[in-house]
Amino acid sequence: MTTTTTTRQRTSEPRGVVVARRVGAPLAGLAGLLAIGWAIGFLVEPDGPARLLAGIYGFVGLEGEAQAIRERGIPSLTSKLVLGVVALTVGVGAVWAVFIGANAAVERLGARWRAQVLPWVFIGPALLLLGAFLVFPMASTIGTSLSEGEGAAGNFGFVFSDASMLIALRNNVLWLLLATGGSVALGLVIAMLVDRVKREALAKTFIFLPMAISMVGAAVIWRFVYAWAPAGQPQIGGANAIWTAFGNDPVAWLQVPTLNTFALILIMVWLQTGFAMVILSAAIKGLPSEVIEAARIDGARESQVFFRIVVPMIRGSIITVATTIAIVVLKVFDIVFVTTGGRFESDVVANRMFTEFFRFRNFGHAAALAVVLFIAVVPIMVINVRNLRRQGIGS
Amino acid sequence: MRHRRFGVGAVALVLAVSACANEAPATSPSIEPDESEPPASAAASAEPTEEGTFLERAEAGEFDGTTVDVLAQWVEAEADNFEGNFADFEDRTGIDINYEGVTDYTTVLNVRVEGGDAPDIAQIAQPGLMRSLQADDRLINLSEFMDVDQLREDYIESFIDLASVDGDLYGLYYKADLKSIVWYPNAAFEDAGYQIPETWDDLLALMDDIKADGATPWCIAQEHGEATGWVTTDWIEDVLLRTAPLETYDAWVAHEIPFDDPAVVNATDIVGEIFFGEGNVYGGSTAINATFVGDAQNPMFAEGGPDCWLHKQAAWIPSFWPADESTDPPTPLYTPGEDSSFFYLPPIDPEYGKPVLGGGDMLVMFEDRPEVRAVMEFFATPEAAEHWTQAGGFVSPNKDVPQDWYTTYPSSGLAEILAGADALRFDASDTMVASVGLGTFWSGVVDWIANNGADTEAVLAEIEASWP
Repeated sequence: MTTTTTTRQRTSEPRGVVVARRVGAPLAGLAGLLAIGWAIGFLVEPDGPARLLAGIYGFVGLEGEAQAIRERGIPSLTSKLVLGVVALTVGVGAVWAVFIGANAAVERLGARWRAQVLPWVFIGPALLLLGAFLVFPMASTIGTSLSEGEGAAGNFGFVFSDASMLIALRNNVLWLLLATGGSVALGLVIAMLVDRVKREALAKTFIFLPMAISMVGAAVIWRFVYAWAPAGQPQIGGANAIWTAFGNDPVAWLQVPTLNTFALILIMVWLQTGFAMVILSAAIKGLPSEVIEAARIDGARESQVFFRIVVPMIRGSIITVATTIAIVVLKVFDIVFVTTGGRFESDVVANRMFTEFFRFRNFGHAAALAVVLFIAVVPIMVINVRNLRRQGIGS
Repeated sequence: MRHRRFGVGAVALVLAVSACANEAPATSPSIEPDESEPPASAAASAEPTEEGTFLERAEAGEFDGTTVDVLAQWVEAEADNFEGNFADFEDRTGIDINYEGVTDYTTVLNVRVEGGDAPDIAQIAQPGLMRSLQADDRLINLSEFMDVDQLREDYIESFIDLASVDGDLYGLYYKADLKSIVWYPNAAFEDAGYQIPETWDDLLALMDDIKADGATPWCIAQEHGEATGWVTTDWIEDVLLRTAPLETYDAWVAHEIPFDDPAVVNATDIVGEIFFGEGNVYGGSTAINATFVGDAQNPMFAEGGPDCWLHKQAAWIPSFWPADESTDPPTPLYTPGEDSSFFYLPPIDPEYGKPVLGGGDMLVMFEDRPEVRAVMEFFATPEAAEHWTQAGGFVSPNKDVPQDWYTTYPSSGLAEILAGADALRFDASDTMVASVGLGTFWSGVVDWIANNGADTEAVLAEIEASWP
C-alpha cells in the first residue's frame, strides 16, 4: 500500500503541489512585477538605500539606528552595496518570478493562442529594452540632427562642406580602405603562411596578442613609438630611433599632415590583423585537402592555389572578417583621440562628433555626424547579414 | 601623463587695476587686503535674512551631516591643496564636501549635466562653457542668494562681470592665473651676465646675445592632444595686448571686428618672428607642435647648461619640471624662485603700458540646496583660499585675501607683477565661442606652425570664415 502511494506521488504530483503551482506561479509573477516597479522607484531615488536600511532597522526593532540613518544618511559605500544587493535580487529573482508567472498565464490560454503568444512573452522584455536603449536613442539622435542648432540643412551642410569636416571625411575613407584592406590582406597572408610553420600556435599567439590590448592602450603605446625629439637628442621613440640610425633627421610622425593618418592606420592594422588571421586560418583549415592536392597534382603554382582555390573557397569568411573590421574602423575614435586629438589634419568623423558634443556643445552638429556614421555603417551591415544568410546561418 | 586644460580665460574685461590703484596705491590692487575687514569674515555672504545667511546657518551647525559634491580639474598635489582649503570648514559645520578631481573635467561635466547627474558645484575654466550651460538653463543664478554688490567690492570687478550673464551672476571666480610671465634659469642667467629685459627691444637684444653665445633662446612646446594650440594663442593674445588698444582686444574677442583685423595680423607676425626666426626656438617649429606642453622647459635643466633659456608659461609649470620619479610622490629636483624664476613679458609699445594676460577658474552651481548655497558662500570668503595660497601656486581673485599669505615664490612673484600691471585681460580663446576659441583658432595656429608661419593672413582669414 505504502509503496504504491509513494509511486503514485512520484509520477503524478499530489493535489497540494498542483494547487501551489497553479496559484503560486501567477502570484509569483505578480510579486515579481511589483518588485520590479518598486526597484525602479528605488533606483531613481537618491536616498533610496538609506531609507530602505532605515526601514529594515525599524522593522526589526532597532528604532535608534533607524532614526540615526534617517537623520545622517549612510556612507556612500554602504549605499552602493545596498543598491547592488537590491539590483541583484530584483534583477535575478523578480525577473525569474515574472517569467514563471507569465508562462503560467499563457498556459491557461487555448492551445491555438498559446503558440502565438508564448514567444512574445519571452522575447518581449528583450525587445522592450532594445527599444528603450537602441531604437529610441537612435530616433532621438536623428531628431536632434534635424532640429537642434542650425537645423537639418545647417547641420548636414556643415558635415559635407566645412573644410575641416571634408578632411575628416577624407580620412575616414582612407581608414576604411587601408585599415580594413591592410588587416584582411595581412591576416590572410599570415594565416596562409603560419599554416606551414612548425610552431604554428606560438606564431599565431604573438600575432593575435595585440587583440588583447584596448584601443586606448594601443594608442598610448604607439604614442611612445612615434615620439619625436630634436635632431641630436636621444630618440626615445622606437620609430625615430630606427629612422635616425640610418642617418635621417627625426620625423614627427604624428604631427605631419596625412603622414600621421597613415601612422595611425598602422596602429589599427596592428590591432586587427590578429583577429583576421585567426578567423581566416580556421577557414583555411576547414578546406578539404583533396581540392588543394588535386590542384597541385594538376600543376598549379602556389600563387594559383592561393588566388584561384583558397581565396574563392573562403570568400564567405573573408567578407565576414572584412565587414566586422570595417565597422570597427568606421567608428574609430580612441586611437585618434589619444594620439593627436584630431589636430594636424588627422581628424575622423567619430572624434569630431565627440569634439562637437563635449567641447563645443554643438549638439546639432554632433547628432548629424552620428547619423552620417550610422548611414555609412548600414550598407556594411547589409553585406554582412546577406553573407551570413548565404552561409546558412541567418536562415 | 597628466592632461589638464590650463588655457583659461575670458571676455576681455578690464581688471580695474588703474581704478583700484587710486584706492590702494603702492600695493597690489588685486590682492590687497581690505584692512577694515578681518580676513576670516564672510565678506561676500548672502543678504541677511531672519535666519542669517546660509553660511551663518552652516556655521551654526544647521546643515550638519549633509553632503555637497564638488567636481574640478585639480588632481594630485593640487587636489590636496584644494581640500586643505575647506578641511576646517567641514570640521566646523559637519558638511561633507565630497571632492572629485578629474583632469578631463569638461567631458565629465558635460556627460553628467546632460545625463541628469550634475555635481552640486563644479569648476569651469572657460567662460564660454559657462555661458553655454547658462543658455541651456543648467546653472543656478547666484544673484538670488549672494550679495553681488558686496562681491563687486571684494573681488577684482572684471571677474564678476566675466561670470555674469545679463546682469545675473552664475559663476564665482575662485582661482586666478597669469600668463604673461617668462621663466629663465637663475644661476646660468647670472653667470652669463644677462639682464632681465625691461622692454621688447631688450628682449630681442637678449635673444641675440644668447644666440651669439651659441645657445637657443626659447623653449616653446604646445603638444597637448586635442587642446594643442593654446600656447600659441596665448602668445598672440599677449602680443596683441602690447601692440593695440584694449578696446581693439575687447572688440576682437566679442567679434565686433573681424578675427583677422590688421592689429591681429600684426601681433601674429610679431609672434611669428620669434617662433620662426633662425635658431630662436629649441628644436625649431617641429618641436613646438611635437613636444608635450609640460615638457617644454625640460631642456632648460639640461646637465651641460641650459639648452634653451626662456620659457613663457603660467605659474603652474613647476609641477611639470623634471622630478625624481623613483619616490612617491615624485620629489621635485628644482625649486621655483631658486633654480628658475620668471620675469614679466616686456611691453612692446609704451603707449599701451604693461598689460597682463590672465585667466582663472570659476565655480558654478547646479543644485540648489541650502547646504550647497552655504558652501558657495564659503568659497567666496578669504578663508577658502588660505591653505593653498600659503602652500604656493594659488592667487585668489578675492582682494580680501591678505597680502602676507602670499609668501612662497610663484605667488609672491605674481602678486608683484599684478601690482605693476596697467590692465588685465582674459585669455581670448577661452572666451570666444567654443568652436572658434577651442576649435579653429587652435587648429589654425597649429597648421600655421606646421607650415613654418607661411600665409599668416590666409590662416587668420580662414579662422574668421569659421566664426558661426
